[in-house]
Parts: sequence; C-alpha cells; structure tokens
Amino acid sequence: MSCEKKAAAQIVLLMAGAAMLCFGVWRGEAATVLSKAIKLCLECVGIG
Amino acid sequence: MGKKFSGISQTMSRFRGWIQAGATLLTNLHLPNFLKGGLYQGAGKTVCVPGLNCYSCPAAFGACPIGAFQAVVGSSKFSFSYYITGFLILLGVLLGRFICGFLCPFGWFQELLHKIPTKKLSTKRLKPLTYLKYAVLLVMVFLLPAFLVNDVGMGDPFFCKYLCPQGVLEGAIPLSLANSGIRAALGKLFTWKFSILLSVIALSVLFYRPFCKWLCPLGAFYALFNRVSLFQMKVDKNKCISCGKCARACKMDVDVTKTPNHTECIRCGMCIRACPTKAVCFRYGFGDGKDKAKAAETLQTNNNNREE
Repeated sequence: MSCEKKAAAQIVLLMAGAAMLCFGVWRGEAATVLSKAIKLCLECVGIG
Repeated sequence: MGKKFSGISQTMSRFRGWIQAGATLLTNLHLPNFLKGGLYQGAGKTVCVPGLNCYSCPAAFGACPIGAFQAVVGSSKFSFSYYITGFLILLGVLLGRFICGFLCPFGWFQELLHKIPTKKLSTKRLKPLTYLKYAVLLVMVFLLPAFLVNDVGMGDPFFCKYLCPQGVLEGAIPLSLANSGIRAALGKLFTWKFSILLSVIALSVLFYRPFCKWLCPLGAFYALFNRVSLFQMKVDKNKCISCGKCARACKMDVDVTKTPNHTECIRCGMCIRACPTKAVCFRYGFGDGKDKAKAAETLQTNNNNREE
C-alpha cells in the first residue's frame, strides 16, 4: 500500500469510526451499555 | 530514522511491564470494592476500556468492549452496535495491537504467568490456531448474540458466558470470596468457566500469551487494523544487518523485517531490544513515513554532492 493510500485509509477509517460512535450514542446504545455494566453480569461470572 | 524515535522506543519497551501494571490499575481504579463485594456503578461505565477487562470486576472503572458489544446486540432494541464498533475502529486505527502489548490487563496476567521458570514451548508450529480468534469474534460475539434470541428478542453474551476466563478471574472469584450469596449461586457454568481459566493459566506458563494468540476476539478485531494503524513498527533497511535476532526474540512468531505490521505483532518491543544496530523502532503518524525518509535521504545526498 502506498503512503498516500495508507494515509487516506487511516483518515477514512477514523472518520467512519467517529461517525459510528456518535450514531450509536444518538440512538441510545450508550445507555444500554451503562445499564448492563453497572449490574452483576450473571453470564460473565458463571452463574448463568 | 531519528534518534529521538529510537530512544523513545527503547524506553517504552524497557518499561513495558510498568506501563502494563499502570494500565491495569487505571482500568480497575475502584480497589476498595474488592472488600465490599459490590461493583462500581457510576457513569464511567458508559465508556469502554481498551483491553479485555470484565465489567463485573468489583474494581472495574469502565465497560469491557466485547461484553458491551454483546450486551447491545443481545438486547431487544438493537441487533448491531455502532457505538462499540465505532469505538473499536477508532482504537484500532489509533493504536492497533499496541493495546494488547501495553494496555490489556489479561495480556499482562498471561505474561506474568509466563515468567514462572519452567520449560517453555514454541507456538511456531501452531500458527493455524491464530485464525481461531477470528471465528470466535464472528460467531460468538457478532452472530450468536444477535441471531440466537429468545421469544422477546434477547440473546445471550455467548463469548462472556461460555469462553471468557476474565469474568471468573476478575468477577466470580473475588465476588464469591466477599459475598456468600454469590458463592452459593455458583454452579455448573462456573465449573466450566473455571476449567477454562485453569487451562489458560497452565498454557500461559508453557506458551507465550496463548489466549491472545488463539482465542481473544478483541485481539482479533485490533489485528484487522494493525496494517493501517497509526502506531507502527519501522525497520531501517540501511541499519539492518539481517542477523535475525529480532525474529528469534519475537514471542508472537513475527519477523519484523519482513512484515513489520503483521496482524500478530502486539508492539511489545522485544525486537527493538534485541536489535544490535537499533534498526527497529516504533513510529506514530499517518502514512508509513517512507516519503519523509526518501525526502531526507535525497536532501542528504544533495548536500553531500554540494560539499564535494
């Protein structure tokens, strides 16, 4: 991959990542993450 | 290649163990919760941490990205997580598998186990197993939680439930020691997951980072971005004497002179320390720095010609 193409790919991916993150927050995914993370995850600790 | 980059790379690789310890502590800031037997429940858990760190660890400051992804896709509202995917793409491009080598608490745990003085085994012949982690990522993290759902549209976090040893190490063990209710609730699933943890521990003593190499879906995701990551390995061909010391020193079975940004390279810097001519170093920036290096070389040649 040439230097310019690599730099372009990096910029595009950074912008896509930021856009996806913002869209996810906007549609309420962050709240879902918080509600799961503050409670004991029964599956994670092996209770079921 | 600048002396500054080389010096920073040497220092970073030399103090890597301390950086890993610091990252593990920052990821698990709420240490008093180990005694209380409860979890931190603040808004900090909206944000994910970069490494594999269970959010059911009493001290956990943030959410585990793999657990959070499955929580979102396994919920009845969503079947894909743009929030976590975007977060992981950003981290993948900004840091790549540097996160595995410097910031992941479970990676550090395996490295500490590998320091136990016993006979060590090579993983070079087990290279095909490195593809297994991509299957774990696709099947257990993306597909099963999204599509194998119950009547109300909710799916299980398959990776966390059946494979992840970090939940037992950081969550079940400390919580069951402090809380008799949790201790009483542990059953067959815990026995299965505890067996996985014991297997990973035994394998980590013999092999270098077996979980990272073969099973970790987070490592698999970051590996996809290693080639385009801003954090790169750089080999100065003018300084390299092809002695092969870097390839022999690499415990991830990568030859940095051939593929400096290989998917398995966790930027641990062992090649940097092994190089007798300081030809290998870290590089951070857009592109791959070849144009700048060429320009500097041309400038140097022109200057030399003028002096002559």
